[in-house]
Amino acid sequence: MSLILETKNINKYFGKAKPFHVLKDISMGIKQGEFASIMGKSGSGKSTLLYILSTMDTDYTGELFLQDELVTGKSQPELSHIRNEKIGFIFQFHYLLPEFSVLENVMLPAKKLGLKTPEEIREEAMDLLKKLNIGHLDSQKASKISGGEKQRVAVARALINEPILLIGDEPTGNLDSYNSENLFQILKTLKDDKGLSLLMVTHDEDLAKRTDRTIYLEDGRIID
Amino acid sequence: MRSWKVILEIARTHLFTKLKSTVTASIGVTFGIAAYITLVSFMTGLNSMLDDLILNQVPHIHLYNEIKPSENQPISLYNEFEDAIPIIHSIKPRQNQRKIHNALPILNDLEKNKNVKGASPQLQAQIFYLSGTIELGGNLTGVDIMKESKLSNIQDYITQGSILDLKNTQNGILLGSGIAEKMSLSIGRKIMVSTAQGDRFQLKVVGIYQSGIAEIDNIQSFANLKTVQRILGEAENYITDINIKLNDITQAPALAKVLERKYNVSAKDINEINAQFETGTNVRNLITYAVSITLLIVAGFGIYNIQNMLIYEKMNDIAILKAIGFSGIDVQFIFLSQAAFIGISGGILGLILGLGLTNFIDNVPFETEALPTITTYPVNYNPANYIIGFFFALLSTFIAAYFPSKKAKNIDPVQIIRGN
Repeated sequence: MSLILETKNINKYFGKAKPFHVLKDISMGIKQGEFASIMGKSGSGKSTLLYILSTMDTDYTGELFLQDELVTGKSQPELSHIRNEKIGFIFQFHYLLPEFSVLENVMLPAKKLGLKTPEEIREEAMDLLKKLNIGHLDSQKASKISGGEKQRVAVARALINEPILLIGDEPTGNLDSYNSENLFQILKTLKDDKGLSLLMVTHDEDLAKRTDRTIYLEDGRIID
Repeated sequence: MRSWKVILEIARTHLFTKLKSTVTASIGVTFGIAAYITLVSFMTGLNSMLDDLILNQVPHIHLYNEIKPSENQPISLYNEFEDAIPIIHSIKPRQNQRKIHNALPILNDLEKNKNVKGASPQLQAQIFYLSGTIELGGNLTGVDIMKESKLSNIQDYITQGSILDLKNTQNGILLGSGIAEKMSLSIGRKIMVSTAQGDRFQLKVVGIYQSGIAEIDNIQSFANLKTVQRILGEAENYITDINIKLNDITQAPALAKVLERKYNVSAKDINEINAQFETGTNVRNLITYAVSITLLIVAGFGIYNIQNMLIYEKMNDIAILKAIGFSGIDVQFIFLSQAAFIGISGGILGLILGLGLTNFIDNVPFETEALPTITTYPVNYNPANYIIGFFFALLSTFIAAYFPSKKAKNIDPVQIIRGN
């Protein structure tokens, strides 16, 4: 099976005067259709790794491949385009634009990509919202809905451009157990039905065990 | 690949959800531009009024025969005294005619000169205004009144009667307002004048002249050129002064020198006649622009503050936008287009408000002895001021927004997202 995401010898340091070695020789890969989770203690570097994998953090040494294409060293606008087209994000704290409606939030990445007409985008965004059982919230302001609902809107937004990879930074971390389970099921369904690759950082051991593979990080190294 | 539509959409949503900040920023620009327009229109209006006050009464170049000592005294003809320093007592001015030699051909020649807008002949005569046994000294200037009115706006200073009345009356006189008051004369009455030689003439008052400068109005009167020539008993080519108006006033000093040599007369240009004129104009313009620019800079700082605050408030939004695929430039354009909107809307409102304020000033009564024809404050509606004002509005908002927007462009989304 081909690798969606691959890293070779990624190293990262924090600080300049007295550098702190956060990530040490990280080499790993995510397969097509795999649901992987990253676990580790606080300060083990798991979030740092996630942001490097997401192309947002470019301050590292080593190589990052996305669909066998070298991403390391590309310009910021190119990376923005890659994020827009190929990667979907779900954060711990929802991160919707509070002044926009739910529907507009979902449509935003697609409008930025600009491959479809606004009508097509609207229709697809509505479909996604309905599939996530929040179709009735479409015209609500993003700041006016509950936490569980916000996270589902974030999932819809992450999926609108049909990415090849979904990245989550403790997506369930801020949710109660009911909503947490609900979100996990949604992610699992996406993987099973559409063959989407998923990678998420989590603290929740039970949740991690139910993913295809768990990568453990300790002191900046992957341990088996 | 830039998706303008969605960028503008985000900018618009930000502007309208933060309506209060938007309005505050726009009002800052509006007041800045309105104050600029008002101030510049009013100041330049006043300036050109003051300039006109001087320019209308003073020719650009004045030709005359100066009474002065000969530059080459007879002693310089003797070779024996070549190395000596001559000391001469009681030098007398050179015996000379007051009239300009060949005045009529000179006038013809001047009319053909491309730089010259017009030349008007004058005859200055010292006379006495007589009232019974009382004699008041004064000047009577003989003019070609139709030419004069074209070149010096003399008609603006005629408070009663008109230039046509003078033209049509052989022995008419435009009497200085000071003399008219002293002698209790009004239009239609007769006045006796006498020359320095003692010849007496009776003239008919056809109009009252008021320059606004009391010293002039107390002595100066105007009559037709031919009338004054007859009073002095001189021929028709007897002209003592030629006043010249140019198409371009800046040429005056250079042309004065040329004419001086060409016609062998004395020539004074406007800068010599009224040296403080140019200085005064320049300083007033400087003040106008200094104050206007200060106003615009203050407005600019207002915009800078609001944009900066907006960006701090929107840190999260910026991080999300970057995470979902908007580049730094996209984010920068969002904030710049907001600034453009604030600049354009505030600028246009400012122009309208400025026009209203200048219009108001234009209608405020302003009556002064010095300017008999002016009844309200002078205002200059120069469209160039409006264009400059609008561009300045755009420029100041752009500069004020550029640095905050650059900050937004360079915000690291990872720091914001992890910081929470």
